[in-house]
Amino acid sequence: MDVFGSFALLLAFICAVYAFGGGIAAILTRHPLLVKSTRQAGIATCCLIFIATFSLEYLFFSDNFASAYVVSHSNRALATFYKIAALWAGQEGSLLFWSFLLAIYVFSVLIAYRNKNGELMPYVGVILAGVQIFFLTLNNFVASPFKALGVAGANGAMDLVARADGNGLTPLLQYPEMVIHPPNLYSGYTGFTIPFAFALAALLARYPGEKWIHLTRKWTMIAWCFQTAGILLGAHWAYAVLGWGGYWGWDPVENASLLPWLTGTAFLHSVMMQEKRGMMKVWNVWLVFSTFILCILGTFLTRSGVVSSVHAFAQSSIGSWFVGFLIVIFLVCLVAYLKNRDYLKSENQLDAIVSRESSFLFNNLILLVSCVAVVSGTLFPVLSEALSGSKINVGAPFFNKVNIPIGLFLLFLTGVGPLLAWRKTSVESLKRNFAWPLMVGLLAGVVIFALGYREVYSLICFALCFFVAATIVMEFYRGAKVIRVRSGASYLTSAIELTMRNTRRYGGYIVHMGMVLIFIGLAGAAFNKNVQKEMQPGSSMQLGKYKLVLQSFDSKPEANYTGLRLNVEVFVDNKPLMMLYPERRIFETNGETGTMVAIYSTLREDLYVVYAGQSPETKLPVLHAYLNPLVKWIWFGGVIVVFGTLVALLPNRRAVLVLSGVPQPAQESLVHGMTPSPSVTYREGHE
Amino acid sequence: MKKQAKFGIGIGVIVISLGFLAWLGYGESKTYYHTIAELQTLQGNELTHRMRVGGTVAPGSIRRFTGRVDFVLEGEGKSLPVSYVGADPLPDTFVDKSQALVEGRPTDGRFVAEVVQAKCASKYEAAPGGTVATSTAKP
Repeated sequence: MDVFGSFALLLAFICAVYAFGGGIAAILTRHPLLVKSTRQAGIATCCLIFIATFSLEYLFFSDNFASAYVVSHSNRALATFYKIAALWAGQEGSLLFWSFLLAIYVFSVLIAYRNKNGELMPYVGVILAGVQIFFLTLNNFVASPFKALGVAGANGAMDLVARADGNGLTPLLQYPEMVIHPPNLYSGYTGFTIPFAFALAALLARYPGEKWIHLTRKWTMIAWCFQTAGILLGAHWAYAVLGWGGYWGWDPVENASLLPWLTGTAFLHSVMMQEKRGMMKVWNVWLVFSTFILCILGTFLTRSGVVSSVHAFAQSSIGSWFVGFLIVIFLVCLVAYLKNRDYLKSENQLDAIVSRESSFLFNNLILLVSCVAVVSGTLFPVLSEALSGSKINVGAPFFNKVNIPIGLFLLFLTGVGPLLAWRKTSVESLKRNFAWPLMVGLLAGVVIFALGYREVYSLICFALCFFVAATIVMEFYRGAKVIRVRSGASYLTSAIELTMRNTRRYGGYIVHMGMVLIFIGLAGAAFNKNVQKEMQPGSSMQLGKYKLVLQSFDSKPEANYTGLRLNVEVFVDNKPLMMLYPERRIFETNGETGTMVAIYSTLREDLYVVYAGQSPETKLPVLHAYLNPLVKWIWFGGVIVVFGTLVALLPNRRAVLVLSGVPQPAQESLVHGMTPSPSVTYREGHE
Repeated sequence: MKKQAKFGIGIGVIVISLGFLAWLGYGESKTYYHTIAELQTLQGNELTHRMRVGGTVAPGSIRRFTGRVDFVLEGEGKSLPVSYVGADPLPDTFVDKSQALVEGRPTDGRFVAEVVQAKCASKYEAAPGGTVATSTAKP
């Protein structure tokens, strides 16, 4: 199976090279058969990558310990669930997994648009094949996952060997999130390849209009959705598994995942400027380019270990390949831009500082500043070494100082932006739209201040959260009211109807609401507390309203590990509340230990209890307890964000039945005679 | 033109104030990377910087005391005695021969670390000539 898999990879490489070279020839000659054959080569590349990936999974499931990769990341006792995840536990498998996910996207694009957009698709195919060639080069020639175990034989030849059992999967990865977090994040990273390919193709082909934006909107949103989910799942994994009480440490790998998210978010917003007003064309194209470049940079940071990080397990030569690829992409983008930049002339100018356009402009500006700050902070050791000779690292204070005000400003714009009119907003409409939310926000701020909370940033954050939530609720209320008057349905039904009629707009509001919840959770971090204490059975510690009593500790052998468990009873006001079982797991196969955090999570706060180890002299267990307010809101907000994105991806329901009496504008005539742009149709519906 | 000037001022104010915050944060958190060998050649002012040093934990050197953990980091043939005084428990991956990154300041011949990060040693890579070879075959 290993030979089969590596052969499939090699064939995939050949097909990709053909799709690339033949594709260029097809663009030049316009020969229909050549166009068709290169498209099919692209499809074949994807299928061969699928085959290779499945054969690697097969090696895991058949416990094939003659394969070096399987030996390194699996063993017989490993649960089936984690044998799937073992695929991306190491360098080689992760890179194959990248190719695999990219292949899913490429396959879908090539199939979905096989008879459409004839002008654009050959270019798209060539660009996608180019990206695939890079990753297939790594898969085939630099980091092949199909290497067999070997020892130097007597006569100088390599002898193949097989082991009875593998080394097992590192315990840090034996956690359910680790099965879903990497696929999500990688789907985000790879997904941005599609908008990138379309943007570059449109530029190269001088493809008219904003059609590439309409074509790629859903792909961008899918990628963005995966990226968001991936980042949050990663944060949740760090929180629940690493046992240090936090979810975000500004670690280089975490930052790497945030970077394309920042530019991707900026892109999702600024495309609206191009769709509605024909502005920001150069900006948008460069945002997509940078998002893709940052995805590759992120993969590079994760995989190469260039910036030391706990996550980056591998230190390898793979870095130079990535640097080369990044340079190539950048040059291609630059040349394409310089050659065809007249195609990107703006059709309009900014009119007023209080307008939708300017809110998008500022949104983009600060997302970009944040991105620049995070990039420079992450790469600071590398940059400072190159510039001054001494390697300097910057830590959390640097990132927090810049990003907290940015986050708050963004939150403010989340509330304000969607309610400002295009071009110019009148004072009347400002009053009408913002009087109530402003009052709600101020009132919330005053109440929270009166309750004794004095952390400035948190206070501002809570007030803004209430303000934004009020603007969103008001939008739904107003829209639903109009429908309710005409249809007589309940407010809830009307709100759902409203959302379904303009999924893009109201889905967007739901995403914003999710972000508000996430911000509430983040603001809670200012009030975190923790205690660490050596405990003997019967002794207790107090943290906030909780009293923790260690009842006993035991050790329990399991299939793959031995669990050392503390039985901690939690009391509130001297009434027993529940038992918590923080645990340390000792994995026999590699002698490692893993921490199992016990969390009692409520909307108000998380009680987070860690078995921090044994005191060296007394051999008594050390208990470390954290009280983290509002953390649950972050995860809940994440779910809402994903839900909102899915809503925004739905097609609009036509408002025929309910609004039968109201004349509907002919949708097709709205945007350059192309695909109807839903948000135009209903945008002014109730303003 | 006037409108664009307004935007220019707005953008300028935002960028400058965020730049100022970044500079503050930089001053507060900058840490110098040094190798163990370099550490022994540092002089004067350089020794007061907050710094990060990476190395391999010398086998058998980890000693735990109340409120601190002592161990020896090795790298490039040199060794560095370290006292960890941080409040957080040491990571699970911190064991003999693991690669560790310590953050703190050198004091009286020892390195006093407030943060210790540990990376798993390369034990996941297949050891050549595996311990239990059940079958061998010529390629």
